Amino acid sequence: MRDAWTIATKDLRRRIRDRTAILVALVLPLGLAYIFSLTLGDVETRGFEATYAVVNRDTGGHLPEEFTALLEGLDFVTLREASSASEADSLASDGEIDAAVVFPEGFTDGVEAGGGGEITVIGAPEAAISALVADSLATSFASNLDAIGLSVAAAGPGSPIDDQLVARAQAVPPGAEIRSAGADDRAVSQSTFFAIGMAVFFLFFAVEFGVRGLLEEREGGTLSRLLVAPISPSSVIGGKALASLVVGLVSTSLLVVATTWLLDASWGDPVGVVLLVICGVLAAVGVTALVATLATTTAQAGAFVSIVAVVGGLLGGTFFPISQAGFLGTIRFLSPQGWLMEGFQELAYGGGLWDVVWPLTGVLVIAAVTGAIAWTRSKRLVAR
Amino acid sequence: MSSRAVDDEPAAVLGCGGLRKTFGERIAVDDVGFTIAAGETYGLLGPNGAGKTTTISMVCGLLTRDEGTVTLQGRELDTGTVDVKAEIGYVPQEVAIYPDLTARENMRFFGKLYDLGGRELDARIGRVLETIGLADRADERTDAFSGGMKRRLNIGLGLLNDPTLLVLDEPTVGVDPQSRNAILDSVEVLAREGMAVLYTTHYMEEAERLCDRVGILDEGTLRAEGTHRELISLVGEHDRLHIDARGDLAAAATAAAAVPGVEEAVPRDGGIDVLARDVRASLADIVRAVDETGTGISSMEVDEPNLEAVFLHLTGKALRDEG
Repeated sequence: MRDAWTIATKDLRRRIRDRTAILVALVLPLGLAYIFSLTLGDVETRGFEATYAVVNRDTGGHLPEEFTALLEGLDFVTLREASSASEADSLASDGEIDAAVVFPEGFTDGVEAGGGGEITVIGAPEAAISALVADSLATSFASNLDAIGLSVAAAGPGSPIDDQLVARAQAVPPGAEIRSAGADDRAVSQSTFFAIGMAVFFLFFAVEFGVRGLLEEREGGTLSRLLVAPISPSSVIGGKALASLVVGLVSTSLLVVATTWLLDASWGDPVGVVLLVICGVLAAVGVTALVATLATTTAQAGAFVSIVAVVGGLLGGTFFPISQAGFLGTIRFLSPQGWLMEGFQELAYGGGLWDVVWPLTGVLVIAAVTGAIAWTRSKRLVAR
Repeated sequence: MSSRAVDDEPAAVLGCGGLRKTFGERIAVDDVGFTIAAGETYGLLGPNGAGKTTTISMVCGLLTRDEGTVTLQGRELDTGTVDVKAEIGYVPQEVAIYPDLTARENMRFFGKLYDLGGRELDARIGRVLETIGLADRADERTDAFSGGMKRRLNIGLGLLNDPTLLVLDEPTVGVDPQSRNAILDSVEVLAREGMAVLYTTHYMEEAERLCDRVGILDEGTLRAEGTHRELISLVGEHDRLHIDARGDLAAAATAAAAVPGVEEAVPRDGGIDVLARDVRASLADIVRAVDETGTGISSMEVDEPNLEAVFLHLTGKALRDEG
């Protein structure tokens, strides 16, 4: 282990002197996250439009009509007809609407009796942000319904509704239940999304020098000098992996802190973030090491790793949100970036450690499989 | 030539025998073996592609061998060996240094791999930097070094662990004459200090100057091995002595021919030519014999057969065809 650490510290010293490493590991991800969150956030504010449908199964009830009137009053919303939840679902799947809000039978009576009700929001798979807006509108509407319910309960059955009581109750956080279906029903802020995306995307570039370094040592002739030294070949490989792990952990940790501080990104539960960062770095080292062992020259290894990092990054949704439904939503989990994005966003939504068990498992499995194969192949590389 | 068995030389620092390595169908090294004693410089002489680097890679435990044994100080050595390698100083053919580190940082890094540290490492680094003449440039990045300086550092790194066996793989390739001479001087000094040296080269002059014994390697096999004199005698070559003289040249030639070890002596215009097995051993007797005939000697020139001739004789090709 001491020999591996000696090799790792030498590699780290060389990385620090190579300013492009700092550029790739820190400056680029931070800069791009800032630029993306600024530019794409601005575009959305200026150009946002959405098409919604209200499915009113509450015959005779006035609350769905009030919600419809609310939507009609918003100039960025276009309303479409839908007579049933299944029709709305079909329209959403076809991309005809961005979201539908479904009021069930007896909804108004239920709310006014103080028994509450359930509003369902159906989101289109490819319109995550528009669906999120519909969700927010429904949540806001539900807050008012909670206030009514609370007032009814306070006044007692058959008594007139006290307007002051309603106003006070409206200040209470929403208690009405909103159920979302069929779309990416949540989203994080632009700055948080791009902070996560860029950190995950550039992580693979930050750590790729590790096992690629074995090829570099071989091309530079220093590998033979290392192998004649009284150390085990495993120490050489271990040293390379260790240096990559340190760079990955330090750069990602700095990015988490910097984006929180400078971009107001919200990464969520610190314990979950730390675990995901560790597992993510392990997976990145494993994947890039495996790819590097398939190459015969340093230049080739660099090209291979770049291809894998870019394709994995796009597939995993590091540049734009990917719908959980559909083909992309499924195949994104082939890439460690997909698992990492899923996990980090889950934490950013407010999820806890239990909510990221699957992403952690997915990333760890990828790390273990690719790491084991890379280790075996690397040993062949040093033991001729 | 058959390999020398490792057990034949129990006092040897390095012993290897029956080394064989194939790459696919190609046999790179076949049945190569030799021993090196402390203070001895052994040269592996052969053209590029002869198997020199493959042989020393197996000797140093860099390359797995298909067959054969390697022992260093009596201990078996292969690619998985760790401790025994501490006895080896290795100077690869290419300059194997980190260009973005200083000379001292390069030395400190490799020194730590040899379990050196603290004052001991600092002292060794200082000593080696003095030896290779880089003490005043120790804290400069090596990418700013000239080719000769890089070569010297390359050798210095091989000396850092104070090795029992120093292995140099063509250390003078691409080096200017001045640096080359400095490198050869250093190797001579190290051998005199008791280090066993394994030196590969395709320069006949280097082998003749440095090596106590030479192994002639061609197409992966050791064609011949021995001292310079043994190799020369192996192919039946003779030394020639050209004497410029005045007087009774026929009598002088007859007197010289009578000296033991002299094969032939013939008069020519302005002198005599003498053919002997070892002219240097007989030189004093030849001069005395010629002088006793009253012939005045004005100058002499010894023309000894070289390893180039031996190589040509053994392989049918010139040593530097590919060099």
